[in-house]
Amino acid sequence: MSQPDLIIHDEKDNVGVVVIETTKKGQDCSAWIMENDKTVKVPSTNEVPLGHKIALKDLKIGDTIFKYGHDIGKVVKEIKKGEHVHVHNVKTKKW
Amino acid sequence: MKIPKSFLGYKRENGRAGTRNHVIILPVDDISNACAEAVANNIKGTIALPHSYGRLQFGADLELHFRTMIGTGRNPNVAAVIVIGIEPKWTKKIVDGIAETGKPVEGFHIERSGDIQTIMKASKKAQEFSMWASEKQREECPLSDLWISVKCGESDTTSGLASNPTVGNLMDKLEPLGVHLCFGETSELTGAEQVCAKRGATPEAQKKFMKTWSDYNDFILKEATDDLSESQPTAGNIAGGLTTIEEKAFGNFQKIGSRKFIDVLEPAEEPKKGKGLYFMDTSSAAAECVTLQAAGGFNIHLFPTGQGNIIGNPIEPVVKLTANPLTAKLMSEHVDCDVSKILSREMNLDQAGDKLIETTLKVANGRLTCAEALGHREFVMTKLYRSA
Repeated sequence: MSQPDLIIHDEKDNVGVVVIETTKKGQDCSAWIMENDKTVKVPSTNEVPLGHKIALKDLKIGDTIFKYGHDIGKVVKEIKKGEHVHVHNVKTKKW
Repeated sequence: MKIPKSFLGYKRENGRAGTRNHVIILPVDDISNACAEAVANNIKGTIALPHSYGRLQFGADLELHFRTMIGTGRNPNVAAVIVIGIEPKWTKKIVDGIAETGKPVEGFHIERSGDIQTIMKASKKAQEFSMWASEKQREECPLSDLWISVKCGESDTTSGLASNPTVGNLMDKLEPLGVHLCFGETSELTGAEQVCAKRGATPEAQKKFMKTWSDYNDFILKEATDDLSESQPTAGNIAGGLTTIEEKAFGNFQKIGSRKFIDVLEPAEEPKKGKGLYFMDTSSAAAECVTLQAAGGFNIHLFPTGQGNIIGNPIEPVVKLTANPLTAKLMSEHVDCDVSKILSREMNLDQAGDKLIETTLKVANGRLTCAEALGHREFVMTKLYRSA
């Protein structure tokens, strides 16, 4: 049980959360999926700090972001697998 | 872990138990703060609870004011109460509401006698109460005398990953032992409201929750001038990696574990359906929410934080936990329970839940929380609308 770089809540999720101080540019991150206890590899395109999210796949404008297995917002700017996912490319569907 | 069956608390006249033994000087209104603070300054072992409201309020807003005042006095962490208001009538209403518990309470009004005479009379009574309360000893109380409220703040993604689920794990372990539990933060369940509603134990509780959430959401949509960015999520939340209210809501919701709520409470309403989990309609602002939960009668609070909220409450001890390793390191004087090893997988949720139960019981038995040691006494009334 080694220390993961990323944690993914649910198998359905398309984002993972950085749980180390920061990822390095081009780092091949190990991501632990809590729901099924599997570990997968995810690249980190940029330096992404603790607590921030990384895309697990390519995402188009209008796509839904899933975390906890649930809808947490919509993509407003195209995102490539491995890129930082945050307020610059994702918006709420609520307010 | 074998969970202890009891804790050491202060038994009260009405059968409840306190984790603290405060004598409070409660101002009815903003203009009585000076008097209340003078009394607390005169008499050691008392604390004043100054606040900003209490004049010309009306309707539901006034009812909430009285409920919060009376509920704060009734809380079992309070041994005795001095109430000071400008006018006799509202002062008496609050005194009478507190007196139902059987605890010592006395009211004073300032009109027609002035601050100085009132301070003198109230100080004499406060001295009597303080010395009487100082004789109270902690006694063994069943675990079910714990009424635990929860609320998270300055959340980040580590909250949803680890510190909120740790609280959920504690709830899953303690609810079967007969404790009362309470979560709130109506606006912060936005995005997870349908999932949360399904956790209502009865169709009535589910319906009541959806109505409460919809009313709050309608109010927000009516008053909002933009997309609420920097309010929900806050700038701190965003710095910590939270992107949308939906993401924050699903993280928030982890605090109730796999429990179901049996009823929906008005702000500051005392639960009346016995042991179990309750949802209280509250703002998501930390001090407002905890003040309302304390007024509902909850005697110990669990507060998971990500980026490091520092809140405390004058009568309800606030136990802080974090799973963010940077917060645990950089703000250690605010952290009662560090569960950051969950992220490195050196600790699992079950172990973290046990650790939090241990911390909670230590605090229930009298250990000061970080917030208490640092003097955090945020007492913030919720106001529903402008006064008349």
